[in-house]
Amino acid sequence: MSTLQISQVFPKVIAILQRYNKSGSNVHISMQTDLSSDLNLDSLTVMDLIMDLEQEFNISIPMNVMSEIKTAGDLTSTITKLASV
Amino acid sequence: MALLKRFQTVRRQYEHMKSLGVDPFGIKMEKLLSPTEAIINGRKTILIGTNNYLGLTFDPRCQAASAETAYLSGTGTTGSRIANGSYAEHTTLESDLADFYGKKQAMVFSTGYQANLGIISTIAGPDDFLLLDADSHASIYDGAKLGTATVIRFRHNDPNDLDRRLNALQDKPGNKIIVLEGIYSMLGDKAPLTDFVAVKKKYANAYIVLDEAHSMGVLGQTGRGLCQEENVEADIDFIVGTFSKSLGAVGGFCVSDSPEFDLLRLVCRPYMFTASLPPATIASVKTALRIIQQEPQLRYRLWQNVEFFYNQLAQLGFRLGKNKSPVVPIYLPNVEVGTLFWQNLLKNGVYANIVMPPATPMGTVLLRCSICSAHERQQLQKVVDILKKTAEEVGYFAIHTQQKFAVA
Repeated sequence: MSTLQISQVFPKVIAILQRYNKSGSNVHISMQTDLSSDLNLDSLTVMDLIMDLEQEFNISIPMNVMSEIKTAGDLTSTITKLASV
Repeated sequence: MALLKRFQTVRRQYEHMKSLGVDPFGIKMEKLLSPTEAIINGRKTILIGTNNYLGLTFDPRCQAASAETAYLSGTGTTGSRIANGSYAEHTTLESDLADFYGKKQAMVFSTGYQANLGIISTIAGPDDFLLLDADSHASIYDGAKLGTATVIRFRHNDPNDLDRRLNALQDKPGNKIIVLEGIYSMLGDKAPLTDFVAVKKKYANAYIVLDEAHSMGVLGQTGRGLCQEENVEADIDFIVGTFSKSLGAVGGFCVSDSPEFDLLRLVCRPYMFTASLPPATIASVKTALRIIQQEPQLRYRLWQNVEFFYNQLAQLGFRLGKNKSPVVPIYLPNVEVGTLFWQNLLKNGVYANIVMPPATPMGTVLLRCSICSAHERQQLQKVVDILKKTAEEVGYFAIHTQQKFAVA
């Protein structure tokens, strides 16, 4: 697997997050955007979202790691790390 | 309240439901009349929400065995097997189960939930990987949470997705433990087990744990479940099951050929630190286990009932699960119509389960019907008629035609 940069991962994360965003279509997503309070994603939706991201980047995000992911930035750095091993 | 602040959404949803005059979680069976009938709210009600697939809860032989044993051995064990010792009933049931499955070892747990909790949390260690089907039952997720392994979910019933994930783990040391269910409890669909077994065989140190909770007694020539139906029993490393569905009692078990299996009795905490099953319960389970082997007609009748019920509902235009199974889910458009449907159905004399997120996959609302071999044909016909009437009352068919469902 090749090394990925956060700048390559983040736009793809935003695209997939917008698909699941329940707070209206024009929410600006930054690294600080909170999945739960800003995007209104419940835990089940997050599980589906994770599946899509896993497929996009061909990785598995362990459930043990998911509990520490709160923001779009957390998600992006986790994916970058897992996809660069 | 402050302690449980994080559950406020749950409270809001429940209050909303109760404000609509519906409380599916407060249902009270005032008196059971048979495996298929009870008095609820003072009315005689037909039950299609019991998981009592073979109707053995009122089998006179099971009842007699239980009553007799309560007299002979007392009402309870008052402790765990490692502290207070095993009763003869526990060990003979374990050998009955091992014989039934043709496996070397069996271990009995106090509930099916604890069987999954115990096996999954114990057989996977800190360097291992648990690969769970995304639609797994809560007991499987909780077992994973109690344990120390890395937990990975794969897409429901998707052997290719499992394959992709196992492939990525190939260089990592540690065991890969795949957890599957024979029949999934909410949608009634079966695992494509033969395909999963083929994936498992591609990888070193890979094992399958199969939960046959809803398929034991229901599938397979002698009722051993999906592993028997698909003829892959030798490739399943651990079979977990429950006594609380087709066997009509309560309790759980695991069977395996693993040479290390006996060690589990000394390290599996959900087995060690809980009171063991009362001997009277075990007596009825032993009897039921004999019955499901000796009376294939129970399974035959169950599947005839499934065929009738499913076809009738499909003809009427109900939106059902894809597979014919003793679990027949009817898709409902949203929580409001769902709860109203459930409530009217109960008023009209039929009890089914209403299931909503988070217990259902993909945010769906389901009226979950479970079929019993003890349902009489005329009883099922009556249920079909009442379902039709109720659907008309709540405008189900109109909504259905307009495709206003939350999930397509």
